[in-house]
Amino acid sequence: MKPARLAAILLTVATVAFLLVPVALSILVGFETDASDGPLGGLTLRWFAQVWSDDGATVGRSLTIAVVTTAVVALAGVPLAYVLATARRRWARVLEELVAVPIAVPGLALALALIEAYGGWGAFRGSSWFIVCGHVLFTLPFLTRSVLAALASSDLETLEAAAAALGAGPAQRFRDVVLPLARPGLVTGALMVFTLSIGEFNLTWMLHTPLTPTLPVGLADAYASLRLEVASAYTTLFFVIVVPVLLVLQWIARRTQARGVV
Amino acid sequence: MALVAPALAIVIAFFALPAVRLIATGASGPLGWRAYAAVLVQPRYATSLVETIVISAATTLAALALAGTLAVIVARARFPGRAALIAALTLPLAFPGVVVGFLVIAMGGRIGIVNAISSALGGPRIVFAYSLVGLFVGYLYFSLPRVFLTMLGAAEQLDASLEDAARSLGARPWQVVRDVLLPGLQPALIAAGAICFATAMGAFGTAFTLATRLDVLPMVIYTAFTLDADIATAATLSVVLGVVTWATLLLARNATGAETAAAG
Repeated sequence: MKPARLAAILLTVATVAFLLVPVALSILVGFETDASDGPLGGLTLRWFAQVWSDDGATVGRSLTIAVVTTAVVALAGVPLAYVLATARRRWARVLEELVAVPIAVPGLALALALIEAYGGWGAFRGSSWFIVCGHVLFTLPFLTRSVLAALASSDLETLEAAAAALGAGPAQRFRDVVLPLARPGLVTGALMVFTLSIGEFNLTWMLHTPLTPTLPVGLADAYASLRLEVASAYTTLFFVIVVPVLLVLQWIARRTQARGVV
Repeated sequence: MALVAPALAIVIAFFALPAVRLIATGASGPLGWRAYAAVLVQPRYATSLVETIVISAATTLAALALAGTLAVIVARARFPGRAALIAALTLPLAFPGVVVGFLVIAMGGRIGIVNAISSALGGPRIVFAYSLVGLFVGYLYFSLPRVFLTMLGAAEQLDASLEDAARSLGARPWQVVRDVLLPGLQPALIAAGAICFATAMGAFGTAFTLATRLDVLPMVIYTAFTLDADIATAATLSVVLGVVTWATLLLARNATGAETAAAG
């Protein structure tokens, strides 16, 4: 074997180990009776039961926030992407820039700005809606870009013109032409938004209250104050929720790419 | 116009107006608007800003070198399990900074793998999770999958026959890298590097979990806001941080935009 090839294989294996061994280890520790004894010291489901009974509501809240965020972002992002895909005017580019700025600004700064502006509105500040606002702001550009890419790679304008010539009104064109063309981008974008929302911490740590913790907030608390086995079980629970969504995303990306080649 | 109304309302209500408010709050301290200039020269904040820039730049360079090399390797190779390898390398995309911090503890903490292996081999006690090294490892872990994904896309678009041509004309391997690969990948390297740098500048979760006494800027902002209740300073520093990351991304985009135009 040529040395360059061997080096390439070693580098790849080392990186995969760097990324996955800690994940495997923290999953394993979640099942161990005592982390200092290792897996041979006995296995248990006790820590998972503890996390579920203490923080099941937190997990539920995170899932709800992620679903609501995805819905709101889809409702606002699809029409926006449609306008950006068809408008040739300068203001459309300005709008595209404006919507994308929140990605460039650290979550901590976005959260402080939200607290400064709306912290005084007690009921709103104390509700999960406050967190949803932050998540919507942060994830909107991702879905918009994804849908925009799908529309840009399609023959949107010709198809819409054809539909109009055949007598379809704006609403019917949006439903029967724009939405089907946007769908691949919408699916990818929505899954991305869901994953981002479930894992969002930088904003959420500032926006949550003791009554509205989310999954990453619960994780941070577990890391700071609970025993390693419980923290590991909690982390594993997070993996169980988020990894399947990610695998579906990767599968869609592969399928799209394969189709693109053919 | 009605179609963009929801998105526009969201961005104005939850970003533009709060941002204006935050900028004003930053100037509400005893120094007024001069606070923005003052934080840049005040030793504690200036040091923190420089430290944050240094660790973010180091993370960016390491991630570009490692993920860029891997992307070229994976883009050129065809072997069974390639899809699984790509999945493995991009899996941590969905892990937030807090979780990455925990994984760093699993690697380099007191009962971490590295220490366990070292002591099993009769070596010294190795605990790096809570130091600057731990923070760097965490940032690298966080950035690798993101940079890899961008670079893989760029490497797959690159015409492999150019490298073959260079080789058949007698170019050494390092010449192929310097004269063919790097120029071809340059726009992607700049784009991925800028996002990596901006993300590292604003990263909060990893430092938070590692609970180090390292004063990266997001931790300083957090401390000012919660423990010191110095909201004006927290706002000033947030605005500075936001401007730095936003400007980085803007510069990078202009650079790659110019690049694409020149190539076309």
